[in-house]
Amino acid sequence: MITLKVNGKSYRVKDDPDTPLLWVLRDTLGLTGTKYGCGISACGACTVHLDGEAVRSCVTTVSQAAGKRITTIEGLSRNGDHAVQKAWIELEVAQCGYCQSGQIMAAAALLAAKHNPTDADIDAAMSGNLCRCATYQRVRDAIKAAARTRRKEA
Amino acid sequence: METKVNAGRRDFLRAGAAVGGGLLIEMVLPGAGRLAEAAAAPFEPNAFVRIGADNTVTVIAKHLEMGQGTYTGLATLVAEELDAAWSQVRVEGAPADAKRYNNLLWGPTQGTGGSTAIANSFEQMRKAGATARAMLVAAAAGQWKVKPESLSVAEGMVRHKASGRKATFGVLAAKAARLPVPADVTLKDPKDFVYIGKSFPRKDSRAKVNGTAIFTQDVKLPGMLTAVVAHPPRFGARVKSFDGAAAKRVKGVTDVVEIPFGVAVLAGDFWSAKRGRDALTVEWEESTAFKLGTDEIVAQFRDLAKTPGLFARKDGDADKALEGAARKLEAEFVFPYLAHAAMEPLNCVIRLSAGGCEVWNGEQFQTVDQANLARVLGLKPEQVKLNMLFAGGSFGRRANPQSDYLMEAAHIVKAIGGRAPVKLVWTREDDMQAGYYRPLFHHTLRAGLDEKGNILAWHHRLVGQSIMAGTPFESGLVKDGIDFTSVEGAANLPYAIPNLTVDLHSPRLPVPVQWWRSVGSTHTAFSTETFLDELAHGAGREPVEFRRGLLAKHPRHLGVLELAAAMANWDKPLPAGKAGERRGRGIAVHESFHSFVAEVAEVTVREDGSFSVDRVVCAVDCGIAVNPDIIRAQMEGGIGFGLAAALHGEITLKEGRVEQSNFHDYPILRLNEMPRVEVHIVPSAAAPTGVGEPGVPPVAPAVANALFAATGKRVRRLPIRAGDLKGA
Repeated sequence: MITLKVNGKSYRVKDDPDTPLLWVLRDTLGLTGTKYGCGISACGACTVHLDGEAVRSCVTTVSQAAGKRITTIEGLSRNGDHAVQKAWIELEVAQCGYCQSGQIMAAAALLAAKHNPTDADIDAAMSGNLCRCATYQRVRDAIKAAARTRRKEA
Repeated sequence: METKVNAGRRDFLRAGAAVGGGLLIEMVLPGAGRLAEAAAAPFEPNAFVRIGADNTVTVIAKHLEMGQGTYTGLATLVAEELDAAWSQVRVEGAPADAKRYNNLLWGPTQGTGGSTAIANSFEQMRKAGATARAMLVAAAAGQWKVKPESLSVAEGMVRHKASGRKATFGVLAAKAARLPVPADVTLKDPKDFVYIGKSFPRKDSRAKVNGTAIFTQDVKLPGMLTAVVAHPPRFGARVKSFDGAAAKRVKGVTDVVEIPFGVAVLAGDFWSAKRGRDALTVEWEESTAFKLGTDEIVAQFRDLAKTPGLFARKDGDADKALEGAARKLEAEFVFPYLAHAAMEPLNCVIRLSAGGCEVWNGEQFQTVDQANLARVLGLKPEQVKLNMLFAGGSFGRRANPQSDYLMEAAHIVKAIGGRAPVKLVWTREDDMQAGYYRPLFHHTLRAGLDEKGNILAWHHRLVGQSIMAGTPFESGLVKDGIDFTSVEGAANLPYAIPNLTVDLHSPRLPVPVQWWRSVGSTHTAFSTETFLDELAHGAGREPVEFRRGLLAKHPRHLGVLELAAAMANWDKPLPAGKAGERRGRGIAVHESFHSFVAEVAEVTVREDGSFSVDRVVCAVDCGIAVNPDIIRAQMEGGIGFGLAAALHGEITLKEGRVEQSNFHDYPILRLNEMPRVEVHIVPSAAAPTGVGEPGVPPVAPAVANALFAATGKRVRRLPIRAGDLKGA
């Protein structure tokens, strides 16, 4: 049995310790907002936060995540109203939407670390999150918009 | 001026009382067969508009939402004529029923593709909204004992100005449901549009930012098993034998079954099924398999290109005119196989029940999938129930004429006797290696100029596999041996050239090929627009001015060309780069799916030949712009998709095996490679045409032309290699 703390709740799971966190979140806990895209840490669709840091859950084993604070898209904000989520809606970033949970989790981690990210910061933090619809221009603009909102609120 | 639409003959409408006294309106074709049933059972989601007593307006979308914004577009059309409030409108996917939900541009076939969703629905969905509005008005008029003409509707409220009375749609729905359906409805004059032409928020945005949007990958049914399939390593190979003992020992694995496409391992969850497949041993029968590599295929195509093909177009005598030309130019182009690589790998869920089967899928090709599934399961097509979910991208892939991955799932659920629902999941590696692909193409272009630099002759020869051959669409879309999708964008070249020949070879190979976002134009736009740029240069003419002179009879091409050039400040020099950097600007214009797009690309090339695409200015003419922001998004995305192919995209074969397997060796565009994109929409009163695909074709040739401007080197093969640009 492994104890996981996901979105503020504790779960005891029976999955093998080397099972990727992604599949425990999706198949065991039913938290399907986190997506499978590549399985080799090459696309970022499975990005979640581990103690506030963006990680790829497809290559993070459930045992590595044990005891850490895990946040998924479902737990990023109470009402889908994180500054990043609001900016995403305002700028109509999503197209097919499949990669967007990962994009948003990566962007939220970036904003938590850098309140006023430069284009270079955004390139560095976000270039591993692939979007086949190529919504990148709006991803970049929405991150800047969210950062502005955050700074105003602060 | 008002547009009068007769809804009487071809379509006719009925209404019935829906749940909670709601109003249900449906459009059906005469003889649709289930009229009586539908009238008695109005709860079926078989209509375009449903209005609940709770005041929600549900728009039933017959097209797949795969990112292109069609749910929002279709809802916009209904809301416009219904005068609904945007906040009360929701959208749900239609069931499979070609009688009511067929694509009007595809005859009796339901499906999404070819950038047709808004084009074929523009009148149909507005009529559905207008009819509902007329009935709500009639209900209010009856209740208030006033003339319908004295009522107005706005923002979901029916009002009688003189008395100050008003009622919501929800309040009127039950009464409206009992009224006769008007045979004719009057559609709005475009000057009165409230929604069309404005950018109302997408209906799917919220669910897509909070993790609640349900894709096929997210479906979980009671008792469901997940299947992962070991596919043959080469096209045309089959299972000789397999040993599933080790796979069955993996915890969670329930079944290992052979199907015509390979061996499936089933488990209660994905990871167990995947580990089961890793433990599986399969011996493949490869004597009949395809074992050529990309280099050999290209060599074969190059040989074929030396011989005449079948004519797709023949104006004048290009060969003769070429002989007499003062200057001749020739170029050879090679385009690789490309994978669609949508972010959601292929998947579907299937459940057998007594007398039918039910499927959950990013469903793009209902009529074809119903027929294929029915055949393999021994059912009638109407016994195959298809639930259309959001697709995590498709780019054409989920509309497969053979229903390939759906057929896999059907064979698997059959092999386990239908005892559990099955979710088939292709891993990224399956998605990349098991087909289907944009076909590999070889083009040869020859042209002749006279002394003044006028184009006398143009000869375009294409060699590539037919997408339509061997599909149910061959009879309709392959005429006299010419697959229209092989030559679209080449055979309809708009430039005024007196002697013009386009011919085609369509060699048959076992590599599975399929339409890929913008189809033939993915390669024809590149060869024609870079070669035309080369001719302009050869004639000593400026590329925009040169095109202008050849497009006199094509005002919409000309319109986007002029707009893109103006917005990109084409007539002013491009700002210089830093020391050691060369900058260049290029333009391309192309029509696809009846929309016209021109793009100007600006590039910076470094000394080692590596380069960046800094900015793309795009002009689009797609007729009436239903939702301008979605059009901009589709152009931005199309440009990013086209750039991925220009910069990276390449599926290669070695001894028949696909060499790429995942995003590390089949890279797609990344955020740091995305240029700034500016989109300008040509104002138009023409009927709307598609925007999902037409943004793709011009970007690669615009970039190649920009690279030529910067380096003096021509790009003849995709993807563009830094080595091809080095040190000029």
